[in-house]
Amino acid sequence: MLGFIVGRLLRVVPTVIGLSLVTFALVRLIPGDPVVAMMGETGLNAIGRERALAMLGLDRPLYEQYLIYVANALRGDLSRSISTSESVLKEFLVLLPATLELGTAALLVALIVGIPAGVLAAVKRGTVIDHATIVAALSGYSMPVFWWGLLLILLFSGTLGWTPVSGRLGVQFYFEPITGFHLIDTLLVNEPGAFTSALRHLVLPALVLATFPLAVIARMTRSAMLEVLNDDYVRTARAKGLPGWRVVNVHALRNALIPVITVIGLQVSVLITGAVMTETIFSWPGVGKWLLEGVYRRDYPVVQGGVLLLALMVVAVNLLVDMLYGIVNPRIRHGR
Amino acid sequence: MAVDASATPRAHGPARAFVDAFLRHKGALASLVVVALVVLLAIAADVVAPHSPQVQYRDAVLRPPAWAAQGSWRFPLGTDPIGRDILSRIIHGARYSLLIALSVVALSVVIGTAIGAIAGYVGGTVDLVVVRLMDVLMALPGLLLAIIVVAILGPGIVNAVIAIAVVFLPHIVRTARAAVLVELSKNYVAAARLAGAKARFLIIDTILPNCMAPLLVQAALSFSGAILEAAALGFLGLGAQPPTPEWGAMLADSREFVLRAWWVVTFPGLAILIVVLALNVLGDGLRDALDPKLRRS
Repeated sequence: MLGFIVGRLLRVVPTVIGLSLVTFALVRLIPGDPVVAMMGETGLNAIGRERALAMLGLDRPLYEQYLIYVANALRGDLSRSISTSESVLKEFLVLLPATLELGTAALLVALIVGIPAGVLAAVKRGTVIDHATIVAALSGYSMPVFWWGLLLILLFSGTLGWTPVSGRLGVQFYFEPITGFHLIDTLLVNEPGAFTSALRHLVLPALVLATFPLAVIARMTRSAMLEVLNDDYVRTARAKGLPGWRVVNVHALRNALIPVITVIGLQVSVLITGAVMTETIFSWPGVGKWLLEGVYRRDYPVVQGGVLLLALMVVAVNLLVDMLYGIVNPRIRHGR
Repeated sequence: MAVDASATPRAHGPARAFVDAFLRHKGALASLVVVALVVLLAIAADVVAPHSPQVQYRDAVLRPPAWAAQGSWRFPLGTDPIGRDILSRIIHGARYSLLIALSVVALSVVIGTAIGAIAGYVGGTVDLVVVRLMDVLMALPGLLLAIIVVAILGPGIVNAVIAIAVVFLPHIVRTARAAVLVELSKNYVAAARLAGAKARFLIIDTILPNCMAPLLVQAALSFSGAILEAAALGFLGLGAQPPTPEWGAMLADSREFVLRAWWVVTFPGLAILIVVLALNVLGDGLRDALDPKLRRS
């Protein structure tokens, strides 16, 4: 077991090194004068330019620059934002809980709706329910997320007036963050009004972010269930006279979930991409919106650090899923 | 004994089998019609569109679609905040979406196949470096990678094409490499090698034609993704720039009017959804017909 875990950890090392190289190259590949791009300074004289280059560490040889970049990153120093002069890591960590709360809510929606929908479609194969699920999943799969978000705003915020258009919490509420998750914090400080407000702000963005993973999970669950339902042990369980729901939900689903877990792991990367979009549409104060604003402002340290941190998160989650998969399925653990 | 020749089952060639399998997929057939229609509209946009996509009718700002109160058939889907006909802009927008997607797929397939085939054929260190590099690119979520490329190159349609092609590249490289590796072990390749075929000839003329099925499927499935990503970049202001009637840029343009005029955001998005949905179903049908092994249940 230990060997398996160490093996998986080692396999990630080249990817992480590659990521550091890509993000390092990112800033060096910007066409034009790096001093202008990084500091917004134009018309410097020769001495000022040299000083600026030295300040950015760009006067050293390339390999030295890279080593300094990696050494700094390992110490948690991802340099400072050009526009706010704040540490990039600090800004990221302040905004991360908002993104995690949104992503967790979306993943929960996708799982709670997606898995039962997939199971139901498989059990009722060929019926209207099955076809409706397939069509819905295909539409979710093809949905332009940004448009879907605007449509939901139009319906629920505009026509019905049920939910707020943007933000994370009503402006009248304020409390010191404890976990950073508004839904948990508002309960901890016992502010039911703020909790309701946070929940109403969360519903639409979570729904929008959940759409794509929901479609993928429903589709995957359906096909995995279809395969399993024809297996011998399912027939045996039925022959034993077990009630139908028990055969489906206990015997079949448990085995069908193995491929679904992999797909769920892959959805985390989708959720992070989707967060950039969703947070922008709903003005959700998370890392996705922050990163995109960094791109607009040409705040390269933010883009560089943000991309590195988000990509590392994806790698870490995939690693975790990989290990979980090995624990759930011994064949994988011993096979390779 | 006279045997009616027509009664005996005809031997089906691979092309015939493909057409048969494709025709059996009703959804794919319907999608083909939709896609063909959109392509025709895009080609004939100048003739079909009732107005120019850029003319601003200042006397008809934010007109609702024809069937709504105060709507008129002069602007069937209404007008946008500066009085441009939305239907005409959507028809012209089809050009951008299709051309962007076509360029992305062509770019990533040509470059990706070349890299993948060479890596698979040469093997060794080259192969290792390519595989590792592609792993890194795949570790980055798609849109994030596209945003990085645009952040480096600057926004615009051409740069958006390059950015999305980079996103799809690793998938094509992997597919091509895997297909070449399978073919390399086959006898006909050994025969060609014994006959003294040069590496270039061996790869291009002998091996690659037999790798086409999975590559075509991958390309077809990338097409819808390319349209979606291009619209996303356009919406974020990183792809096509206003006043270009690209669908994503149109949505970004009229976003703030969403609560006042539902039609300005509804129709461009609907166009994206319909085309992407049709292309996805078409891609699925193509995959089932070309490569039955890849078929999902």
